Amino acid sequence: MTDSAVIQERSRRRWAYVLLAPSAFWYLALLVLPLIVVLVYSVGERAETGGYQAAFTFDNYLNLGARWTAFQNTLTLAPAGTLICLLAGYPLAYYLAVKASPKTRLFLLILVVVPFWTSFLIRTYAWMFILGGRGLPQLLDYIGIEGVRLINTPLAVLVGIVYGYLPLMVFPIFVSLEKLDKRLLEASEDLGAAPFATFRQVTLPLSAPGVITGCMLVFILLMGEYLIPQMLGGGKVFFIGNALVDLFLQSLNWPFGSACAMALVVIMVVTVTLYLKATRGTGGRDVSLM
Amino acid sequence: MAAAAAETGSFDVEFRSVARYFGEVRAVDDVSFALKRGSFHSFLGPSGCGKTTSLRLIAGFEQPSAGSIEIAGQSVVGVPAYRRPVNMVFQHYALFPHMDVAANVGYGLRQRVPGRPRLAQGEIDRRVAEALELVRLPQLARRRIWELSGGQQQRVALARALVNRPTVLLLDEPLAALDRKLRREMQIELQNLQREVGITFVLVTHDQEEALSMSDTIGIMKDGKVVQLGSPEELYDAPVNRYVADFVGESNFFAGQVAGSDNTGGTLVTASGLTLKAPFSRLGARLKTGDRAVIALRPEAIGLWRPTSPPAGLDVARPARLTNRIYLGDHSEFQVEAEGLGPVLVRLPKSATHAQGLEPGDQVLLGWQHERALMLAES
Repeated sequence: MTDSAVIQERSRRRWAYVLLAPSAFWYLALLVLPLIVVLVYSVGERAETGGYQAAFTFDNYLNLGARWTAFQNTLTLAPAGTLICLLAGYPLAYYLAVKASPKTRLFLLILVVVPFWTSFLIRTYAWMFILGGRGLPQLLDYIGIEGVRLINTPLAVLVGIVYGYLPLMVFPIFVSLEKLDKRLLEASEDLGAAPFATFRQVTLPLSAPGVITGCMLVFILLMGEYLIPQMLGGGKVFFIGNALVDLFLQSLNWPFGSACAMALVVIMVVTVTLYLKATRGTGGRDVSLM
Repeated sequence: MAAAAAETGSFDVEFRSVARYFGEVRAVDDVSFALKRGSFHSFLGPSGCGKTTSLRLIAGFEQPSAGSIEIAGQSVVGVPAYRRPVNMVFQHYALFPHMDVAANVGYGLRQRVPGRPRLAQGEIDRRVAEALELVRLPQLARRRIWELSGGQQQRVALARALVNRPTVLLLDEPLAALDRKLRREMQIELQNLQREVGITFVLVTHDQEEALSMSDTIGIMKDGKVVQLGSPEELYDAPVNRYVADFVGESNFFAGQVAGSDNTGGTLVTASGLTLKAPFSRLGARLKTGDRAVIALRPEAIGLWRPTSPPAGLDVARPARLTNRIYLGDHSEFQVEAEGLGPVLVRLPKSATHAQGLEPGDQVLLGWQHERALMLAES
């Protein structure tokens, strides 16, 4: 390398650092720093009047069992919701990307997107009414099925979850199916694979990146869900998110809340890592989050 | 009846009045032909002529709107693509990106086919290795598809189709994506491969040179119909009409009206009043007085001389002006503007000393013998 080339290379690198600085600052100040604060709080004590008092104890972690139900709910309903979203979302995405005519496709895509134009809160209120005593149960009552309770049950939370997160599953799968070269399907058929065999051997593996992305998106967001269990679970079916709000804002036990939060982070990192490990090598070369 | 059956037995693909409509569009319009077993066939025509639809009808991706199709003497109407004894090499190869080369080639062998016992893994491996050997890529079995060059992908696509030992191999413009030199190489290789495996090949292309150099028979298509089906020599020497003569090789055409004819040929009067004589094409129509027709002349059938030294015995001799000369190595092409004929293309070998030293703008004499021309119907 000549001297001028070295100098050029150096100045280019300097520029790269300058351009990276804002996002690096953002990342440090708004993600790493708060996480450190939470970590420090989690080994502290609750002050007499609530909040945080410096200490070094693992009591908060040993006490996690007190919020077992919240962990249990989150760790069953989040995967279950993700799975149902996948089972419901894949056929929809498949229809949109492969079967639908361009006109129908546009229309259906709009139908999937339009709910986002209304506040999520309002839409969940609508579900509160639908699942509440004067909604569906009344209708069922009318046709002779009596005493059905929907609101404030795990089922209601699951319905809300699937309703709210389905588009996040549909879009990544739709994109990966739409990118799929349809000639590959003809090639598969030409080589003697019947339609279902083609789906299993070509379509499914090639849409795996979309499936992985969709599942990650839905699962990660579901793990931290607060609103749906609050409104459709009515305090009976609560997630860790609800427990955190309760601990921080009601009981003002910040250290215990921090310990719960840290536990959630650890669980998520472990499951996501395991999931990515298990799905590596399926389908495309790379798995991207978006 | 027995004779007819025996005759059917020597064909691998037969179309009987086959039509395929897409709404109002007649992509394939009442086409009948029979392709001989073990030969290399091509369908040649411009885009939209129905050649690709014909191929897809054989493959089973399309079903005929009318007529019947037989493969190896069996009707395949209503039979889906995955149950037909044919395999295709796709235009852009359509290799599976999530599988390596060996998995791509073995794909057809891993499928469940009624009437075929499940193949053991060892058998599959053996046949995949054999197929890769055939296309001269044995060392690339474990490569991923995106690591291959265009030519290598082409060979993998060939191996993936041939490994199934199809009755008919379909090739949809398989060389279109390759550069010129590689294309030439693959043409020769495809031809050799066809002789080696003895399978009936059906190729679709818009490249006349490709079709001429590889095929035993060529079908020239236009507007959903097969205009002429024959050997390359037949198409070149005895085109049925102007369209075929224009598509196969190059020709000069002088249009006019037939002024008189007998069994072997006729005279034609051009719009400019010239009278030209020519024999009919052996396979073309016997034209009658008053018909619209063209006199077709291959560029190499016409000679070019200095006006001062005309040769003896020319049937037609016209004064002309040289407008351009293109040097092409072993031969040259001359564009001339001839009186009463318009622009004419002439091709002369390097050895033609009488045209040496001619420059654009020079006055020349252009001429030919009647029997080198052909009188053809317009369509």
